[in-house]
Amino acid sequence: MYNGGKIITGLVIFVLLVTIPVWYNRGTTARSAPELVMPTNAKSCVLPAEEMRAKHMQLLNVWRDEVVRTGDTTSIVVEGKAYPKSLQLNCMECHTSKVNFCDKCHDYSSVTPYCWDCHIAPVE
Amino acid sequence: MKYAFPLAAVLALILIALIGVQIPGMQYLFGVVVPYLAVALFLGGFCYRVYHWGKSPVPFKIPTTCGQQYSLPWIKQDKLEAPNNTSQVVARMVLEVLLFRSLWRNTKATVYDGPKLTYESSKWLWLFGIVFHYSFLVIIIRHLRLFLEPVPACVAWLETIDSLLQIGAPLMYITDVTIVLALLFLFLRRLSNPQVRYLSLANDYFPLFLLLAIVSTGILMRFFLRTNVDIEAIKQLALGLVTFHPTIVADISSLFYVHLFLVCVLLAYFPFSKLMHMGGVFLSPTRNMANDSRMRRHINPWNPPIKPHSYASYEDEFREDMVEQGIPVEKELAPQPGETA
Repeated sequence: MYNGGKIITGLVIFVLLVTIPVWYNRGTTARSAPELVMPTNAKSCVLPAEEMRAKHMQLLNVWRDEVVRTGDTTSIVVEGKAYPKSLQLNCMECHTSKVNFCDKCHDYSSVTPYCWDCHIAPVE
Repeated sequence: MKYAFPLAAVLALILIALIGVQIPGMQYLFGVVVPYLAVALFLGGFCYRVYHWGKSPVPFKIPTTCGQQYSLPWIKQDKLEAPNNTSQVVARMVLEVLLFRSLWRNTKATVYDGPKLTYESSKWLWLFGIVFHYSFLVIIIRHLRLFLEPVPACVAWLETIDSLLQIGAPLMYITDVTIVLALLFLFLRRLSNPQVRYLSLANDYFPLFLLLAIVSTGILMRFFLRTNVDIEAIKQLALGLVTFHPTIVADISSLFYVHLFLVCVLLAYFPFSKLMHMGGVFLSPTRNMANDSRMRRHINPWNPPIKPHSYASYEDEFREDMVEQGIPVEKELAPQPGETA
C-alpha cells in the first residue's frame, strides 16, 4: 500500500465519524419514549389523540394566524362544546404543565417551538 | 431515454417498500435488517474501495497544474495552482474539498455562425453543486437528533439556523428547499445541455432520482402526510439500531419505511457507484501530488528490479565467445596454462 499511513488514518477518521451515534450512545440500552402527564379534568381534546400528536403544531399555527393576524376570535365547537382558539386559555387549561407535557417530547426529539417567544411560560 | 430505466428503478424501489411493509412482520425487515445490511455494505465497501485505490501504484508524477510553477526567485509562483510542497498541496486539497475550486473553472463552449467557437465561464454547475452538497451535509447532521440522546447543542443550533425563516408549522427548513432546487437543476442540466445529455448514463441519473425520492419522502413526512409519522417511535427505532437493541414500538407510517428503505439503498449503492468521489477526491493523483518532479525523483513502483549491467561485466561474461568469434575485446583472455613455452 502506498501512503498507507495517511490513507488508513483517513479511513479510521471516516469510520469514527459515521459511527458517531454508536459511541455517543454507548452503554445505554433503555430507550423508552417520554412519559407524559395526562390531564385529569377532561377526557377528550379538540381532535383525537392520534391526530393531535401528528397535527397539533399545524392546528396551533392556523389558530395563531386566524386570531392574531385576521382577528377571527370565534371559538371552535367540538361535540357541542366551545373551545377558544388559544394556547393558554384552551390547551393549557387541561395540559397545565409545560415541563411535564410539552417539553417531554419536544426535548426528546429536539424540537424548539417558538410559542414561548411571545407567550409567557407558566412558572413551574 | 437513458433516464427511463433509473426512473423506473427508483419507482420500483418505492413500491417494494410501500407494499412490502404492509405485510405483517415485514416492518422488522425494513426497519432493522435492511438498515444494518446497508450500513455494513456502506462501511465495508467504502473502506475496501479506498484500500484498493491505496494499493494501486501511481507510475508517474501527474499533478494537474494551472499556474506558474516554482521557478527562479523573481518569478512569482502560483502556490495553489502549482504546489511544490506538502503544505501547499494540503491548502489546495482543502479548498478543492470545501469549495469545489475545479468546478469554479467550468466553462461553456458555444458555436456561433461563422463558424466561431466561444468559451465563457459557467458557474451554475459550481453553484448548484455546492448548494446540493452543503444542504445534504446539513440535512445529515440535522438527522443526528434522531440518533443521539441527549441531543447535542450543536445539532439543535444547526436546526435553529436552518429553520430561521420560521415559515409554517412544523418550521420549514432552508436546506429542504435548496436541496430540491439543486437536485432539479442538476437533473435538468443533464437533459437540456446536449453535450452533457449525450454523456449521461443510467448511473448518472439513478443517484439523482434516488436522492430526489429520498428528499421528497422526507418533506412529505414532515409537512404534508404527518399521520402516523410518530417522531418518538422513530427516534426509539433509530436509537435502538445504534445501541444494537432494535425494537419497533409502534405502527409507523409506510411513508417512513419508504424513506428509510431508499436511504438504505443509497448507502448500499454508494461504494459501487460514482458517489465514491466522496473518498476518491482525497486519492486523486492529479490533485494530491506536489508539482516537484524536477526536485524529487518519483520512482515508478511498477519498475521491475533490473540490476545495472556495465560493459565491463558484459565482456567478462561473454569474453571467451567474443574472442572465438573474432570480436575485439578490451581485455584479452587470461593466458591458458601450458600455452606459453
